[in-house]
Amino acid sequence: MISAILLGFLFAILLVFAGKFFKGKFAVLSSLIPLGLFVYFLQFIPEIMEGNVVKESYNWVPSFGVNLGFTLDGLSLLFCLMITGIGFLVFAYTSVYLHHHKYLDRFYGYLSVFMAAMLGLVLSDNVISLFTFWELTSISSFFLIGFNNTQEASRKSALTALGITGLGGMFLLAGVIVLGNITGTFSIAEMLNMSPELIKGHEYYTVAVILLFGAAFTKSAQFPFHFWLPGAMKAPTPVSTYLHSATMVKAGIYLVMRFTPVLGGEEIWNTTLIVVGAVTMLYSAFHSLFRTDLKGVLAYSTISALGILMFLIGMGTTESFTAAAVFIIVHALYKATLFLTTGIIDHQTGTRDVTVLSGLRKVLMPVGIAAIIAAISSAGIPPTIGFLGKELTYEATMHAPIIATLLVVGIVITKILLLWAGFVAGIKPFQGSLPESLKDTKMPGPFMWVPPILLAVLSLVFGIMPFIIEGSLIKPVVSALGGESGEIHLALWHGFNTVFILSLVTIAVGTTLYFVLKPSAKLETAVGKLEAASPKSLMEKFNVGFTYLSSFWTRVFQNGYLRNYVFIIIFFLIGMVGYTMIGNTKFNIDPSILSNVSFYELVVFIIMCIAILFTVFTSSRLSAVVAMGVVGLTICLVFVFYSAPDLAMTQFSIDTLTVILFVLVLYRLPRYLKIQDHKMRIRDGILSLMFGGLIAVLALEVLSEPVNTEIGDFYAENSYIMAHGKNVVNVILVDFRGADTMIEISVLTIAAIGVFGLLKLRLKRTDRVQ
Amino acid sequence: MEILLAILVGLLYASGIYMILRRSLVKLIIGIILLGNGANLLIFLLGRITKGLPPIIPENSKVFLEAYADPVPQALILTAIVISFGLQSFAIILVKRAHKVVRTDDLDEMNATDEDS
Repeated sequence: MISAILLGFLFAILLVFAGKFFKGKFAVLSSLIPLGLFVYFLQFIPEIMEGNVVKESYNWVPSFGVNLGFTLDGLSLLFCLMITGIGFLVFAYTSVYLHHHKYLDRFYGYLSVFMAAMLGLVLSDNVISLFTFWELTSISSFFLIGFNNTQEASRKSALTALGITGLGGMFLLAGVIVLGNITGTFSIAEMLNMSPELIKGHEYYTVAVILLFGAAFTKSAQFPFHFWLPGAMKAPTPVSTYLHSATMVKAGIYLVMRFTPVLGGEEIWNTTLIVVGAVTMLYSAFHSLFRTDLKGVLAYSTISALGILMFLIGMGTTESFTAAAVFIIVHALYKATLFLTTGIIDHQTGTRDVTVLSGLRKVLMPVGIAAIIAAISSAGIPPTIGFLGKELTYEATMHAPIIATLLVVGIVITKILLLWAGFVAGIKPFQGSLPESLKDTKMPGPFMWVPPILLAVLSLVFGIMPFIIEGSLIKPVVSALGGESGEIHLALWHGFNTVFILSLVTIAVGTTLYFVLKPSAKLETAVGKLEAASPKSLMEKFNVGFTYLSSFWTRVFQNGYLRNYVFIIIFFLIGMVGYTMIGNTKFNIDPSILSNVSFYELVVFIIMCIAILFTVFTSSRLSAVVAMGVVGLTICLVFVFYSAPDLAMTQFSIDTLTVILFVLVLYRLPRYLKIQDHKMRIRDGILSLMFGGLIAVLALEVLSEPVNTEIGDFYAENSYIMAHGKNVVNVILVDFRGADTMIEISVLTIAAIGVFGLLKLRLKRTDRVQ
Repeated sequence: MEILLAILVGLLYASGIYMILRRSLVKLIIGIILLGNGANLLIFLLGRITKGLPPIIPENSKVFLEAYADPVPQALILTAIVISFGLQSFAIILVKRAHKVVRTDDLDEMNATDEDS
């Protein structure tokens, strides 16, 4: 399985080198890769039908418990077949659609990366690798939406899509980590084996669910995150077909389905899915009424279909799982067909405006047939599989756990509107008389019109013979979701019952609506006025606000003044360390460990205090330097008192050198500056005193803790025995830690070279400030 | 004495930070030096101070016969003093040089890298 996933990535890498070759007439050959994968996955059907699960596992980061595990069960298989099957058709279709495009090789590269990532996503058993593949699909989607990168609208839509799905990716990462903490494993299979009560009773259960929903709702364009999907229609039509209708947007559906057996069944899970799904399906089905762009109509009806899926999964019954599984197939087949035919219309006539297009059946007959079958399937008219999908959906909704009647009304309205959308996209362009301007429209090459026909035929075949998919796909999916697959029986004719009446009502009202309400530019403008309150505009306003906030932040915190950085760092240091110390500070220093204060020590202390204050407050630079020298020398005395002769000597010589250097260099500088005002000085003074106080308290606290002299003892004992030196400090420096001292010498050498260079530097006259 | 030393360390830190927060370059360097002294003294203090027992093995003996001051903090501080001298001398020369070029001691007038400022 891993080779199946890697194949797409390898092909993309190959394209970097062999792109020229594929750009020409061999472009269609690239479709052999998804075809091969499709056949490869088909051969798993018998094994999956028996209820088996195919597993593969590789060590990836064993120390973090991250294994590259892959699982193929019914749910994965359904998605794999869709990804590779539709992928095959789209790859072939693209070879004509973007024939001789300058960047055709790049396009195939993105597509195959996407395909590989999507396969990885649905096959991953490990949630971390699932997240990685999830992000890869977002990124390849970004490149594909922005494929026409010379158009501003394209680039903007690509960014919006990346922003929204990227946000979802972060939700997913957080979600899987929380989930990993709850269950103690990153493997989905192991999560499934745990007792569900343990997970659902956990205090972080709700957090995990909300995070995963955040990921699923953004990816699958649920309200209020739906607006990136219509924008994504800026991508070339093969991309819209593949990513933004059939596969990628269903990744969120996949995620929810995958975790239904682990997390599902709770009220928060079911209710949220039902409500969000229902709002999405109604909201976007209504919106599809107001579009004149064929792809716009399709985009909104896709969002609506995704809403229906969320809604079905949310009900959590075997019936609704069956309906969802069937509807995924239904939708993939008819929506991909409609997108492909729309692409053909766009490609051959140069317009997608549904108010202009009509009568195309006279010039694009085979395309028309495919589109009409797809429209019928989308309307749920027998004998297509769409009918089956609709019946199952109604049946499941009638038995919904909450507010069933209301939901039935909602779903019927949605289906009526979707019927209208399907007819507008699939029938309207081919109906009526052919306008003069479209008379010259020609049929495209067979690689373009055969794929939609194939898909349309499948809609019919599955509709007439539902047993083909019943055992092979639907049952394994339902059992992967935790439903009772034994109860399922798919048949076109369900008998004359309430569901059938609802179906008739849907078809009758929908068809009437289609004849009454024509898409028009007027309606589109009318709804455009509501745009100001739409989630999209709110998001854009939020973005503008965020830009202001970040530039404000930069102006305040990253303003280039050293002392502001120092001030903020110290300020927060005091805050954090101080906060920790409050309550933890005991002040119980054992007086017996303290050494007595003799008279001369007290004198040194007083001298040092005066010297420090003098350094800070003097207005003469020279006296500041001298006072600083005094501070150094008194520290030297402290070293003498407390058994550190080497330190005393070093401190003495270094301190003297520093003062001399300072005086030599600085005596020519202008008067000492006293620039800042009073307020600043008081503010800084308070901060400094707080910091100093903090350090002092910290030092006293450490003193009350026991000391560990193990290292010192080791050096002291072995100083003479191993290194033949009696001054332990010296022995440490030149023997035990000799290499460190050598590096220190080189640091000093570098500093010396720097000093020398600065002293000898002669600037050209022009470089000096006059 | 430990308490006095802790106060001294706090005072050195406070004065160091205060000086670093000034706009004058020279004060900045003085601040860094004071802060360095404070850090050295802090390490010295936390290594526990011992009076009159330097870590030097007596004549005619291979090991210590009585208690001794911990040599490790001392070795650390010795290194720190020397390194900070490297830093200080470089900084002092840099200030001199910068002053020669831009004719100012005010940090706020030095915050642009562009030549047209």
